[in-house]
Amino acid sequence: MSEHLAYKPQSAFMQWMERRLPIAGLVYSSFFVYPTPRNLNYWWTFGGILSFMLGVQIITGVVLAMHYTPHVDLAFNSVESIMRDVDYGWLLRYLHANGASFFFVAVYAHIIRGMYYGSYKEPREVLWILGVILFLLMIVTGFMGYVLPWGQMSFWAATVITNLFSALPAVGNPIVTWLWGGYAVGNPTLNRFYSLHYLLPFVIAGVVVLHVWALHMVGQNNPAGVEPKTSKDTVAFTPYATVKDAFFLAVFCLFYAWFVFYIPNYLGHSDNYIMANPGQTPTHIVPEWYYLPFYAILRAIPSKLLGVCALLASIVLLAFLPWLDTSRVRSANYRPLFRQFLIVWFLVVIGLGYLGSQEPVGGYVIAARICTAYYFIFLLVILPLLGLFEKTRPLPNSISEAVLREGLPAGASAPPPAGARG
Amino acid sequence: MNNTRGIVLAFALAVSLSALGARAALAQEQEVPPKQHWSFAGPFGVYDPAQLQRGFQIYKEVCSNCHSIKLLAFRNLADPGGPGFTEAQAATIAAGYQITDGPNDQGEMFQRPGKLADHFPPPFPNDQAARAALGGKLPPDMSVLAKARSVERGFPWFIFDAFTQYQEDGPDYIHAILNGYVDAPPAGATLPPGGQYNTYFPGHAIGMPKPLSDGQVKYTDGTPMTVDQYGRDVAAFLMWAAEPTLDARKRLGFQVFIYLIVLAGLLYFTKRSVWYDVKHHPELLEPRPPSEYSRG
Repeated sequence: MSEHLAYKPQSAFMQWMERRLPIAGLVYSSFFVYPTPRNLNYWWTFGGILSFMLGVQIITGVVLAMHYTPHVDLAFNSVESIMRDVDYGWLLRYLHANGASFFFVAVYAHIIRGMYYGSYKEPREVLWILGVILFLLMIVTGFMGYVLPWGQMSFWAATVITNLFSALPAVGNPIVTWLWGGYAVGNPTLNRFYSLHYLLPFVIAGVVVLHVWALHMVGQNNPAGVEPKTSKDTVAFTPYATVKDAFFLAVFCLFYAWFVFYIPNYLGHSDNYIMANPGQTPTHIVPEWYYLPFYAILRAIPSKLLGVCALLASIVLLAFLPWLDTSRVRSANYRPLFRQFLIVWFLVVIGLGYLGSQEPVGGYVIAARICTAYYFIFLLVILPLLGLFEKTRPLPNSISEAVLREGLPAGASAPPPAGARG
Repeated sequence: MNNTRGIVLAFALAVSLSALGARAALAQEQEVPPKQHWSFAGPFGVYDPAQLQRGFQIYKEVCSNCHSIKLLAFRNLADPGGPGFTEAQAATIAAGYQITDGPNDQGEMFQRPGKLADHFPPPFPNDQAARAALGGKLPPDMSVLAKARSVERGFPWFIFDAFTQYQEDGPDYIHAILNGYVDAPPAGATLPPGGQYNTYFPGHAIGMPKPLSDGQVKYTDGTPMTVDQYGRDVAAFLMWAAEPTLDARKRLGFQVFIYLIVLAGLLYFTKRSVWYDVKHHPELLEPRPPSEYSRG
């Protein structure tokens, strides 16, 4: 970083502070002058959106926790009391419940971006692995949160998912009993899920700090997939990235508000408005939409143990992408074959999501098996081989060249005379 | 390129064919409830207080004989965005109910008239008493019933619903159930003892006998006294009972939308202005401290 970009505290207090705790300098170098590639598109705004959603979830969640009662006999009615008797309680709850969904919308967009532009490749492996850890933590946190309203789907989702551990040979059943704190999903289960649901978001926040730290160590990837070489390849984080992030965050919030205010129960399941009843199994048990692809993978495998392994592998394998993908070219824009296989993979995951919501009968099972097979074949066979055989398109020499290759927008002119700039 | 496209197409075809086959196999006798017109549908929907009052009358005279509505308090009847009773009217309604309170200083439970703060007392002291009185059947509590019932929409309708804001499948279903009783079950339909045939109930065998018939509840405002109208009124009342803050939610939603649209617009033009040099004169760009970015 050039000398004139260093933080120079103006006031006497900030000078005094900077010699003791250089936090203002850290913020300045990380969020003001931090160089960001100038060719980033809107897919790069989801990191900021994710931080925003984590904040929304923690703030609404802390207030909801003030009114919620984690007890099997009281939980359902305490949530209803939030909806009816707490001032703007309905807003808090709908923000939080739909916030979980939009948190996942943002994280899936973020993952799609990372995979399409090869953001996991050298030197960003640790950044990527921290991201997969964050995704896993989100899955666990979201699942435990879904159990708290103690409706029928809460209870039965908890039963089905914790029962997955029983597939493990020998240790399976003791583990399940240990998880439940008893011989069935009950009050101890609800209590520990509540405790962990409150704890894990702060663990997520901690890993986010590591994630951002790693990001600032290696810098952002970009659509061209070539590293910035000169200062002409980058722009300052503030104002360029901040204003772009802010604009797209507002657009994202429009979608979020559409669900919160107009269709707040669209993404939920009506059975969760029936109080949990261990004596009555719902006609079909489905998880929240953001787990459906993984649920489909679980059910596609006939053996329970192998199904659980496949479910786990489907997420953990993502952490190995930096090594499964043998190509040195990052961006799919320069990898025609990879681009097609990857887009099909994304469509297959969406297809698995639909199949996960349907009853596992007849053709649905066959379709889910074909999709599951492609999910793993892409990761384990196609990706390693593509790097060896694919003929990639020539890479631009620099980001600036990539931008110029696309052409300047209409109306761009020769540089104005020196000094015309404000 | 053409090769991969062919593989992709064949693959997509295989998956969708097997899925379509399953879809056809699953398309059973589940009848789709006809959609009704609801005053509270859409972005500007609000409850119709007169309809909620009629629905409450039906609940009070008919449903409440078997169904509890435990989460609803008498004070709610006078809440804004509700049936529009005055507080005095709600207090009078409350006083018409006997509430079990106590224990008193003698250690005994006692009965007293209801107050605004009380919740509607259930018709049976517990589930077992309800089952004992109703031939083993337990009528569900009605507090959130309208949100606890839904209609399987299927692909692609569930996607359209997100845009058309169709959230009224619960009330549609309740209205359909009340109008779904037929005198003679179709040939081949088998009913368990005590079961009634209902066109819209999943599996058709419903435990509840036909609760409403034309003219049974006397309206005083000239509204037609038909089962069709009763069904709509009580379904609207149950929707309000399940979602009493709907009016406030949609009103605030519109304000939030105006705010966000203006904010997004302003940020868009700010972004365009800030990025102008990068887009048009990229050769001028050099890193500089943020304080120097102000354009005057």
